[in-house]
Amino acid sequence: MTPASAASEQSDSNGSRVVLSARGLRRDFAGFVAVRNVDLDVGHGKIHALIGPNGAGKTTVFNLLTRFLPSTSGTITLLDQDITRTPPAKVARLGLVRSFQISAIFPHLSVLDNVRVALQRQNGLGVQFWRSLSALDDLTPRAQELLERVGLANARHHMAGDLSYGRKRVLEIATTLALEPKVLLLDEPMAGMGHEDVAVVAEIIRGVAENCAILMVEHNLTVVADLCDWITVLQRGEILAAGDYATVSSDERVKTAYMGTADD
Amino acid sequence: MADTALERTSPTRARVEWALVVLGILVLIAAPFTIYPFFLMQVLCFALFACAFNLLLGYTGLLSFGHAAFFGGAAYFCAYAVKSWGFSPEAGILLGVLGAAVLGVVVGFFAIRRQGIYFAMITLALAQMFFFFCIQAPFTGGEDGIQGVPHGFLFGFIDLNKPLAMYFFVLAVFLISVFIIWRIVNSPFGMILKSIRENETRAISLGYSVANYKLAAFVMSAALAGLAGALKANVVQFATLTDVAWQMSGEVILMTLLGGIGTMVGPIFGAALVVSLENRLATSGFPVQIVLGAVFMICVLLFRKGIVGEILAFFDRRKPRE
Ligand SMILES: Nc1ncnc2c1ncn2[C@@H]1O[C@H](COP(=O)(O)OP(=O)(O)OP(=O)(O)O)[C@@H](O)[C@H]1O
Ligand SMILES: [Mg+2]
Repeated sequence: MTPASAASEQSDSNGSRVVLSARGLRRDFAGFVAVRNVDLDVGHGKIHALIGPNGAGKTTVFNLLTRFLPSTSGTITLLDQDITRTPPAKVARLGLVRSFQISAIFPHLSVLDNVRVALQRQNGLGVQFWRSLSALDDLTPRAQELLERVGLANARHHMAGDLSYGRKRVLEIATTLALEPKVLLLDEPMAGMGHEDVAVVAEIIRGVAENCAILMVEHNLTVVADLCDWITVLQRGEILAAGDYATVSSDERVKTAYMGTADD
Repeated sequence: MADTALERTSPTRARVEWALVVLGILVLIAAPFTIYPFFLMQVLCFALFACAFNLLLGYTGLLSFGHAAFFGGAAYFCAYAVKSWGFSPEAGILLGVLGAAVLGVVVGFFAIRRQGIYFAMITLALAQMFFFFCIQAPFTGGEDGIQGVPHGFLFGFIDLNKPLAMYFFVLAVFLISVFIIWRIVNSPFGMILKSIRENETRAISLGYSVANYKLAAFVMSAALAGLAGALKANVVQFATLTDVAWQMSGEVILMTLLGGIGTMVGPIFGAALVVSLENRLATSGFPVQIVLGAVFMICVLLFRKGIVGEILAFFDRRKPRE
């Protein structure tokens, strides 16, 4: 790996190594430009927030970065590797893992199995159609650990679809962490959660960020101020401002376009 | 759904399930001594067909509307090889299975690129192409089909002209195949298939190349459907256009839905029900398709999960929550 790639020059506030970067990202939907000219750098060990009003294009940016949607133009680099044309499953295998705005779980599998499915691939248990399910027992301790971390250990035999909304979200986080991502994209991980859950998830995110890069979409600005090292503000598909919380929150355009309405 | 960790933690339930399986096998062993074996063999062939189809629909979430091509195609391949090339029954069946698997690779390759109804339409379109190929191709015998396929000797020494020998051969193939399907479903690979059925995008985001998994499941399902078709050609001693026609694809969907999608034994009961009804109606003068349609409507309205699906759901509801 070349430590000083071109992208690293424009690293974030504290100059940590850039692990995910995008240049000139753009996406058109039948004439409508949802994302335009977006540059992003996410540094190792940093938490980067992507904020902006509804429909600003935040989820679309996630879809572009993870290659769930092809970009109309622009380049994406993950760990010094160009992934602009890489299929989404491969991107995930390279260590860029996402969660979804609408909680993405496997509803008819048990909570434990939800996490074990995520662990199977790295443990070489993806294709064995001839082995019994007990082959997965080796994964149970690790899955159990992850469930404990998000406070779901007691619910492991429940059907995932029967969990409450907030618990589905933390289950999704547990399965995401099972992949040991190098870069984690979280799309509104705390949306719809109660106060205590928000605090729990914030702590989990802080812990994960110690050896991972995180890009998260979040509407709760208190959380953003508290958690994030760097903030990019998106409006109508374009970057309006970027910087640390102090810089961004004092920016006049951001105040009028976004903060002004978000305080209440 | 009958496949959660919940069940694996309940030993009583597992014991009941095993007892029922053993009972079912005993019934199947005793059955030909009281029921006409020819009818039973047809039921078993269609039951295997439905189980193979259910591997795809019930456990991978893919609705194929072209499974007749694999069932009927294998019937033709097997019938032709046995009749014209003098293949032994087992070699003919093997050839049928291979042929169906190759067809499965081709159809699956094009179909898995699309989702939902488009997937179903591509499988239907390709199966129809195969149907027209079968009308035109000289080896299928056109409208007449391939008639008079000899029973022959299994492994060179078991005379399949004896109905009971044939029955136990069919039963053995059926039981082994259902075991194979059960193993696939309850394997690490099967777990990934279920995750794709449950939430495809999430499976991709976990790093699974779902297209490869879908294609693998499709080919397995096609090969097992082919096994059912080849077996049936041996039993009834002919292969005709009926086996490759789109109505056959519809029938296997009906059997699976009636019995219960995504349950292991549902499709078996569904197949038994449909084949029995057809046999009854064939001699009664009632229009078969209309009665089947009505049965289907009633079942969809009354038991949305299929007959076995509803029974399982009933016991699940009674199970105390942890
Ligand atoms: N597949 C699509 N086809 C057409 N338009 C789309 C598609 N996906 C997103 N859009 C449009 O792109 C714009 C940005 O959507 P996006 O979901 O990225 O916004 P967002 O910032 O995530 O909003 P929210 O805060 O509501 O989640 C919206 O106007 C949306 O309607
Ligand atoms: Mg969004």
